[in-house]
Amino acid sequence: MSETIAISCDQVSVEFAGGTGFAATGSVVRAIDDVSVGFAKSKISALIGPSGCGKTTLLRLIAGLQLPTSGSIHFAGLPNRGGNVAFVFQQPSLLPWRTALENVALPLKLLGRGNSRDRRDHAMRLIEAVELGNAANRFPNQLSGGMKMRVSLARALVTEPSVLLLDEPFAALDDMLRSQLGELLLGLWHERSFTAVLVTHNIAEACLLAHQIHAIDRGKVVRSLDNPLPWPRHESLRREARFGEFYGTLSDVLRNSG
Amino acid sequence: MRMTLFTKSFWLSVGSVACVAVIVLLFWNLAIFLFDLPAILLPTPWRVLEAAINERSALLEGTLVTGIAATAGLVSAIMLGSGLSILFSQSEVIRRALFPYVVFLQTVPIVAIAPLLITWSGYQFRTVVLVTVIICLFPIINSVTKGLMSIPKDLDDLFRLYGAGRVQRLLRLQLPSAIPDLVVGMKTSSGLAVIGAIVAEFFVGNGSSYIGLGTLMTGWQAFQRTDALIAAIFASTALGLLLFGSINLLAATVLSRWRE
Repeated sequence: MSETIAISCDQVSVEFAGGTGFAATGSVVRAIDDVSVGFAKSKISALIGPSGCGKTTLLRLIAGLQLPTSGSIHFAGLPNRGGNVAFVFQQPSLLPWRTALENVALPLKLLGRGNSRDRRDHAMRLIEAVELGNAANRFPNQLSGGMKMRVSLARALVTEPSVLLLDEPFAALDDMLRSQLGELLLGLWHERSFTAVLVTHNIAEACLLAHQIHAIDRGKVVRSLDNPLPWPRHESLRREARFGEFYGTLSDVLRNSG
Repeated sequence: MRMTLFTKSFWLSVGSVACVAVIVLLFWNLAIFLFDLPAILLPTPWRVLEAAINERSALLEGTLVTGIAATAGLVSAIMLGSGLSILFSQSEVIRRALFPYVVFLQTVPIVAIAPLLITWSGYQFRTVVLVTVIICLFPIINSVTKGLMSIPKDLDDLFRLYGAGRVQRLLRLQLPSAIPDLVVGMKTSSGLAVIGAIVAEFFVGNGSSYIGLGTLMTGWQAFQRTDALIAAIFASTALGLLLFGSINLLAATVLSRWRE
């Protein structure tokens, strides 16, 4: 590959003891097994594989929310400042006592950036970018599942991160909302060109959204594929023959790797 | 909200409660008539009402005094309990060292320690408050500590990701997250507060100018004024309901945002 690598994982492993307390087995479980993989700068990479294969653990390692047992993770050419790596969780995970706007502004407040007015203005721009301008002052219990996930996406982008990590962010949504939010993510990526790593177990989602796809099984990256589908991409691409062709290829890879 | 308060279901609830009250009153009267019970054992509801009217100023004053003591004890328990819970949530060593004593405090019968507290603190208002604090403390500490310690993992990760320190995490995440648990503790303790105050008054009131509902009850019991005694029981129930209702109203207002 000729692209610049933004994030490189070098021989990363994560181990933990099998069982806990009285149920401790004395055995060691390898959640991530000697993984070396690079994620291209300003591209969307997908980590795909069955449940429990280690996708989320790898994402948490990149975010620094968990430490590897061995190996290292490097960020190339990224400014070293707080808020440079953002995370979108599987659930929207909003603070229920804060409005959508306040939830979006939260990372800026935690990082101590700007004054209250600056933070509010900046958060409002992001709320508008995710098409929720008229719901800015609503509390999470007044928002639908899709709206909450939009707020979560806006919150992640409010610090203008270079790296956006997404842990199955649309998994809990129905197909219609999933495709709407997929389109929204593509639009935001076009505007901002962040490096994104998307964890998913949805093959169609990986085909539509990612430049590169890494198949993971039992803690190892078993195959990396460049996505040949053209850019810019839209939902309509799903109806084209070449989408179906690549979908089939990826399905075969996953089936054979398992 | 105000418009929808008196709905059909509200009136249905009020109607059902009123029906049960009428049935109880009928059985009460019937029992007196059938077993020929003397008024000293069980006065008629009408005599209880008469006693309540005749003793209205004593009852009102007693209810007010007990209400102030119960509220002061509850508020003190909320502040002390929340403070201790914050301490427990910030240090595992402190939590492990002190939490067993909190449980111990809960297991000691309040009737057993009330006389000891009177010996130490005297026959006065502050002893009643102290007993109330002790009885109210455990539900508050238990609920608030649980709330402070059970932060959703994603939110905890979010705060870590943006480098939030211990204070930021406590003020912006743990404390607001624990509000619903605090309310649960307050609801439990609000019922206990009136019990604690009246139990303390049984002991405190006998030797001082302090006159709460518990004091009136012991006095009327000594003079075999069963009608006034029952009126005082109703007054204490009304006080408990008022305190519990106030906490519920506060909870409904404050917690509307917390519902996902």
